Amino acid sequence: MSRLQRLLLHEPHRYPGRLITVEGIDGSGKSTQLLLLQRWLLSRGYRVHFTEWNSSRLVRRSMKRGKKKDLLTPTTFSLLHAVDFADRLTYQIVPPLKAGMIVLADRYVYTAFGRDVARGVHPEWVRAVYSFAPRPDLALYFRVPIDISLERLLAGRTKLKYHEAGMDVGLSANPVESFRLFQSRVLEIYDQLTTQFDLRVVDATGDIPAQQKVVRRMVQEMLRGYRRPAAAAGNGRMGNGRA
Amino acid sequence: MAAPKKNRVWYGHGLPYLKVGALPGHLIVIEGTDGVGRSTQIELLRPWLELEGYAVSNTGWTRSPLLTDTINEAKAGHELTVLTFSLLYAADFADRIEHQIVPALRAGFIVIADRYMYTAFARNMVMGADPAWTRELFGFALVPDLVLYLEIDVEHLVPRVLEGKGMDYWESGMHLALGTDIFDSFQRYQRRLIEEYNALAREFGFVTVDARQPVESIQEELRQHIASYLQGATRRPLETPAPDAAPARVRRGR
Repeated sequence: MSRLQRLLLHEPHRYPGRLITVEGIDGSGKSTQLLLLQRWLLSRGYRVHFTEWNSSRLVRRSMKRGKKKDLLTPTTFSLLHAVDFADRLTYQIVPPLKAGMIVLADRYVYTAFGRDVARGVHPEWVRAVYSFAPRPDLALYFRVPIDISLERLLAGRTKLKYHEAGMDVGLSANPVESFRLFQSRVLEIYDQLTTQFDLRVVDATGDIPAQQKVVRRMVQEMLRGYRRPAAAAGNGRMGNGRA
Repeated sequence: MAAPKKNRVWYGHGLPYLKVGALPGHLIVIEGTDGVGRSTQIELLRPWLELEGYAVSNTGWTRSPLLTDTINEAKAGHELTVLTFSLLYAADFADRIEHQIVPALRAGFIVIADRYMYTAFARNMVMGADPAWTRELFGFALVPDLVLYLEIDVEHLVPRVLEGKGMDYWESGMHLALGTDIFDSFQRYQRRLIEEYNALAREFGFVTVDARQPVESIQEELRQHIASYLQGATRRPLETPAPDAAPARVRRGR
């Protein structure tokens, strides 16, 4: 890092809550796994808040306009997502963490470190942009080969999305080929991030219940020592003060 | 007075994917606090430069087609924090760099920028954002050829703003909750902002123009500075005759 003193991502946060994030290329199955995890946590009486990449109202209009008119460059694409993230951090991530809740984030800053760098922005710049982000207590990475993710995506719908396939990068005019080339770059970067940021790798080629079992075990381990907030015994179960 | 020789084009990490090539135009920035008279001066500069034979392109803070509406909407809703504020401004600025400023410079225009990244640096200092973060954020900016800074003090600024469009919520720093009285808040906020601008002027070597003077005198000084910059910048090919007749100041991408 040049001018920045420190990156919060390398230090544990000080909130009483817990932050769990999932990463992976499109079609890795991470959202499915997070949903199953959420169900499980709720059933055990935890207070959970879910938040998703690129979902804030604040930049929706610019994002839509930019995508539709092809106005976005790698830098503005990256910055709009950063606005979205900063907005959700302020209103959706930090308050529940302060209240001692469990926050589940579908994609986190590592998505920007992977995708935006694959689009061409400077890796140090994008890390600096997101240097205000707290470090997750558990950052899961669902690793899957391109072919399997493609198969899953194409089974669910007929067409790949323009940006998902990285068509804006201009690697190929064929969406499937473009997806393959673009997401391979992202995969390569994710592999580097895994060691840099201590992402926990989940083999996302296996069947869904088997993956979920692995995920729950990791979460259970992470929750050791976590104390629920006093008023946080939800779902009709009285909290026993233990996780 | 020759134009200072630049040894780099980008303020920070730049735009690695953008092959900018030669940018024969000139990037001139007008900085100064709210209500100091930047746009009045720019309006007067343009016809003068055009009469001198230069093509001029204007660009201003929060004027990108991509973000203008979003920024105005968000400001109206008061939901912004210093983080989202800064990032929105950075996105607007990046959009204008790539879609307006670089193409105009490539085509040999003089680009006059009403405010530049320094405005974000100053505001963020006052709002308490990490200055190192703000500077990293704007690392994609092109280093301007000339920054003209309209310096004023609060005592002279107040009547000018009141005679103009009046004190507005943001320019008075009401979002910082410095007080409930807009006049007091304006004075306090602008005093701090001007201090930051003055510090930036020293750090980045702005050419300072005393903005307490009448409009015509300010304009005259600005023209003198621009003329001497342009003279220095366009004299250079004679000093370094190149076989391929390269333009005066060739900027290159990395």
